[in-house]
Amino acid sequence: MTFRQAKWEEPVVFELSSFSRQTFLIDDDFVNEASEALKRVPKSLIRSSELKIPNLSEVEVVRHYNRLSQMSYGVDVGPVPLGSCTMKYNPKICEELASDPRVTDLHPYQDEEEVQGILEIMYLVQKWLSEITGMDECSLQPPAGAAGEFVGALIIRKYHHDRGHDNKNEMIVPEAAHGSNPASSAMAGFKVVKIPTAPNGETDIEALKSVLSDNTAGLMLTNPNTLGIFESSIIEISDLIHERDALMYYDGANLNGILGIVRPGDMGFDIVHLNLHKTFAAPHGGGGPGAGAVCVKRELVEYLPVPIVGFDGRSYKLRYDLSRTIGRVSWFYGNIVPIVKSFVYIASLGPALREVAEISVLNTNYLMSKLMRLKGISLPYGEGRWRKHEFVVSFENLLKETGVSAEDVAKALLDRGLHAPTIYFPLIVKEAHMIEVTETETKENIDRLAKAYEEIVDLAYKNPQAVKSTPTNTSVKRLDVLVANHPKTLAPTYDYLEKLKSQGV
Amino acid sequence: MPHNWIPNSSPDIKKELMRELGINEIQELFNDVPTKIILNKGLSVGFGKPLTEYEVRRLFNELVSKNRLSSIPSFVGGGVCQHYVPSVVKAVLSRPEFYTSYTPYQAEIAQGLLQAIFEYQSLMANLYGVKIVNASMYNGSTASAEAVLMAARVKKKKKILVSDCAHPEIVEVIKSWAFGAGLDIVKVRMDLKSGETDLSDLRSKLDGSTAAVFIQTPNFFGVVESALKEIIEETHKFDALSIVYSNPLSLGVFEGPGNLGADIVVGDVQGLGISLNYGGPSAGILGINDDKELLRQLPGRLIGATRTLSGDELGFTMILQTREQHIKREKATSNITTNSSLEAVGAAVYLTLLGSQGLRKLGEAILGRTHYLIKRLLDTGLAEPLFRDSHYFREVSIKFQGRSADQVVKLLSSRGISIGPALSKFYKELSDCSLVCVTELHARRDIDVLVTVLEDVLRGVQ
Repeated sequence: MTFRQAKWEEPVVFELSSFSRQTFLIDDDFVNEASEALKRVPKSLIRSSELKIPNLSEVEVVRHYNRLSQMSYGVDVGPVPLGSCTMKYNPKICEELASDPRVTDLHPYQDEEEVQGILEIMYLVQKWLSEITGMDECSLQPPAGAAGEFVGALIIRKYHHDRGHDNKNEMIVPEAAHGSNPASSAMAGFKVVKIPTAPNGETDIEALKSVLSDNTAGLMLTNPNTLGIFESSIIEISDLIHERDALMYYDGANLNGILGIVRPGDMGFDIVHLNLHKTFAAPHGGGGPGAGAVCVKRELVEYLPVPIVGFDGRSYKLRYDLSRTIGRVSWFYGNIVPIVKSFVYIASLGPALREVAEISVLNTNYLMSKLMRLKGISLPYGEGRWRKHEFVVSFENLLKETGVSAEDVAKALLDRGLHAPTIYFPLIVKEAHMIEVTETETKENIDRLAKAYEEIVDLAYKNPQAVKSTPTNTSVKRLDVLVANHPKTLAPTYDYLEKLKSQGV
Repeated sequence: MPHNWIPNSSPDIKKELMRELGINEIQELFNDVPTKIILNKGLSVGFGKPLTEYEVRRLFNELVSKNRLSSIPSFVGGGVCQHYVPSVVKAVLSRPEFYTSYTPYQAEIAQGLLQAIFEYQSLMANLYGVKIVNASMYNGSTASAEAVLMAARVKKKKKILVSDCAHPEIVEVIKSWAFGAGLDIVKVRMDLKSGETDLSDLRSKLDGSTAAVFIQTPNFFGVVESALKEIIEETHKFDALSIVYSNPLSLGVFEGPGNLGADIVVGDVQGLGISLNYGGPSAGILGINDDKELLRQLPGRLIGATRTLSGDELGFTMILQTREQHIKREKATSNITTNSSLEAVGAAVYLTLLGSQGLRKLGEAILGRTHYLIKRLLDTGLAEPLFRDSHYFREVSIKFQGRSADQVVKLLSSRGISIGPALSKFYKELSDCSLVCVTELHARRDIDVLVTVLEDVLRGVQ
């Protein structure tokens, strides 16, 4: 299949037109009142500096952004097999219903009696997520997964503090964990203690035992882990942590592969965060918004951020009465629109959620099996083990033998109209591709992906330069990241860019 | 069970995939999960069975019909207000190439998205009068918390002064986020006459251990901080950073805080083409002035212009990723990963649609309505602005002269008019005060209706 991405030489918005046109109409009904008010305001507060925003007509604006959209790529265009990102198809019914004005025009400070519908939706989502994770209560306030991790870490901190155990200041995090785990722990004030991965691809239990101490506050783990391997000793791990009076934190980024099959609560986890924009089909929006619920076991419910939604048998209420709450981590009640999308998604699938897990795992292992036949690719850790939602291959041999790197292979995939997987992660695998195909990909596309890898690897052995000079079918050829990051040529806004141009750089 | 969202769920395809793996049952792929924790029941979620699209639509309609929207545009304020969302913004944000894409890690295939975010950064930096704005935080409250944490890292000091006139939920969020870093959050009193930050209290609390001063303008009470410049200057005398939260919709009329000397600016894009969404999502604005140390400590994503390796074409890519969690891990400037890119793009579309002309006019349209509302209220003799001589923008804190604001809000609601929040929600002593918000959506007759009904209600309430 050939692929040519749209290529518009679309000017930066500031250069779209040399004319100043009539922009979006705003009424003049209150100009007298405005000038009266402005007369009283101190001069220094009134804007005197230039507002450098172009004045364009509507059609110019629409064409500009539509052209930009044509030079972008999402799940609705083709497969996006980014590992740990769960880039599944976003059902259109979820999008349409969540854009209802009876959702989008609600004000967070409206009287609770006026918003019973949205509160009921939130209440049901709290219940369903509790059931899915095997926990007792959820808060929908964290606006994303990392914010959920931060909430979890703060709960652990406060839990130990309330028991007089302020010495418990160490969070154990596997080397292969998502980068946000250690970052969130550090933000909550923990010292991060790293533990390695054993050759079987699971947490190294001996290493875990060796770092456990009275100062251990908790363990942050994702299961299946970032190698896509299920931590089969999870019960033993939970017991070890709990024996030290520490808590088990579950990073839900990888939940997709075990939905309805095994639950974090039953594995011994005390706190779970979920990424509704991964597992429950809210779209990723080019980087966000997401939504990150946090669910906990009964003994930690009082620590959740407030408010959560409660039901008194008559009406739904925002509950602020949690006695040990860590407080607010964001204003209002969470990212409601993605939450509503996930509500529609879960309501639509119901018990078929289990099918999601089964097929995502089947698809992943199918692709892995096909790729393992190729030269130059290896599958570090966990030999002979099935993967769950994702797998991680190494192009270390390919690099040694041909000079073609994991990044080169990724760029060559782009040229074939396929998004590349996550690359160079987890850090414990050299020249890594972390691949997650999700349950919403067709067999035909998985075969296409396998075929593309095969062609690229073949080409790498025959003509490595041809792979290294990709991509050429995308709207631009390979970009210079050194220029992008060099202090002298750094250009995070148009003003910087203009200055560089005037200097002839 | 086969489902149309799961294309390989048909039995024949499953069989073919399993053949490649040499297995007979999908269960075999889970043979490493200990039997005793395998879920031995079906998940009890949803409504007992997969629903058809028409069933789920009907069910959803029944639920959201329990939500009530007021017949005239809402007057509810408290940091976010109902504004008009232009059709163009909705149209652009529903382009699936944007909304179904991931973070643009593979720059060459995501140039359009990257350029749109680059334009957001550029437009917003100009609006706020700073050099650099990042590619978004979750919302205004978390942008504020991140700004405070950044300031403490840059100055290596622990004391943060926060204006008592700032949004109480923002202050709560700052406190929760600052807990881990062990920061000392100290409140600066409100001047009870003006509703502005008390400059003498600020002076008495500023000292060498102060890392930053956080001010919001217009503040939670709708009052413009008229001594903003002096506050910033005082802050700088003590080698502390000035963090200013402002409403982007006010900046067509009011000076960008960066141009007044603020080191870090924050805000929220709600209103810039972004709906209320019952409080979220929105996007948080976080910008900095030209300072190497601030840039080094800046949290979140940043897009930069560059060129192709062959050197002949302009392009865009994510930059300075070495600050971020996926590389720096526990030493990262923040844990933020997913952000609010789509709302940032929406805000860029909105700013582009309005242009400098439109944004200035919009600022005036809101300011004019605010002025008109105050005048009409004073005419009633039953209500007045909480701070009589202050300058208000968009929101006005109104005093009902001893009458319970909770009750007034409820009575207005029963007559189809939404105002609020009653300030007793946050301040017990202000039980007879409420916020009222006016935006471009309110026609003169809407404000007239509000005042007439309010007058009527106030006459009936003791």
